[in-house]
Amino acid sequence: MKTQTLGLVILLVIFWLVNSGHYTPLILGLGVASIGLVVLVARRMNVVDEESIPFHLSRELPAYYLWLLKELVISNYQVVRRIWQFGLKLNPAIESIDITQDSDMGRVILANSISLTPGTITTSITAESITVHALDRSSIAALKNGDMGARIRRLTR
Amino acid sequence: MEGILNIVSWFLLVFGGFLCISGAVGLLRFPDFFTRMHAASVTDTLATAMILIGLFIQAESWLVQVKLVMVLLFVLLTSPTAGHALVMAALHAGLEPVLPKQKQASVEAGR
Repeated sequence: MKTQTLGLVILLVIFWLVNSGHYTPLILGLGVASIGLVVLVARRMNVVDEESIPFHLSRELPAYYLWLLKELVISNYQVVRRIWQFGLKLNPAIESIDITQDSDMGRVILANSISLTPGTITTSITAESITVHALDRSSIAALKNGDMGARIRRLTR
Repeated sequence: MEGILNIVSWFLLVFGGFLCISGAVGLLRFPDFFTRMHAASVTDTLATAMILIGLFIQAESWLVQVKLVMVLLFVLLTSPTAGHALVMAALHAGLEPVLPKQKQASVEAGR
């Protein structure tokens, strides 16, 4: 919790300095006061932990983001192709898929990654399964044997 | 160098704009709420990203660039959450997804 609090303070200071752009004593003082207040409230609410400030992921995260970006471009292409095709031929599907994430963090990242990529959206999630609505049935098959889950398991390990 | 950056930036801006329009066209053409969500997420993801990266190249100071990156990060983190909330609300309200005929059984499984 100590490292997380320190990390939160550093992040907030950078965030505040970049967004402010005014460096007079009064404004800086107000910045210090507001960051102090936010950290105090966050600690009292018990939300400063590995889940809200996941520094332990930061080394693996860039590689996952790059891979997700590639998936984003592919799925965007597939959806845009269906938008412009003559005589709409859609094959939407909704189905439950088993998941094998050990942590809540992994489940959240998986659900959000699925929702983020166009063509698939998470409708509900439990500990063992995830329900997905897809614009095309093939995306559900791709999710079933795709490596998104495996990548997230490696990321959150 | 300046010229190449300008060309890249304009390509990103124009193509991002095209994707925004595609999202809107999909929103109108697709048959039901759930399929329309997929069209809307084109505008949420790649269209936004391309326009913001195009603007990133055009920005004059690094402060503006950092802010553009923040906008992109926040959009990418919040839009799946919002989309999930909308879809879940629709399912809870009893809205049925339009599916191909033989797949009706899986609707029950999905709810």
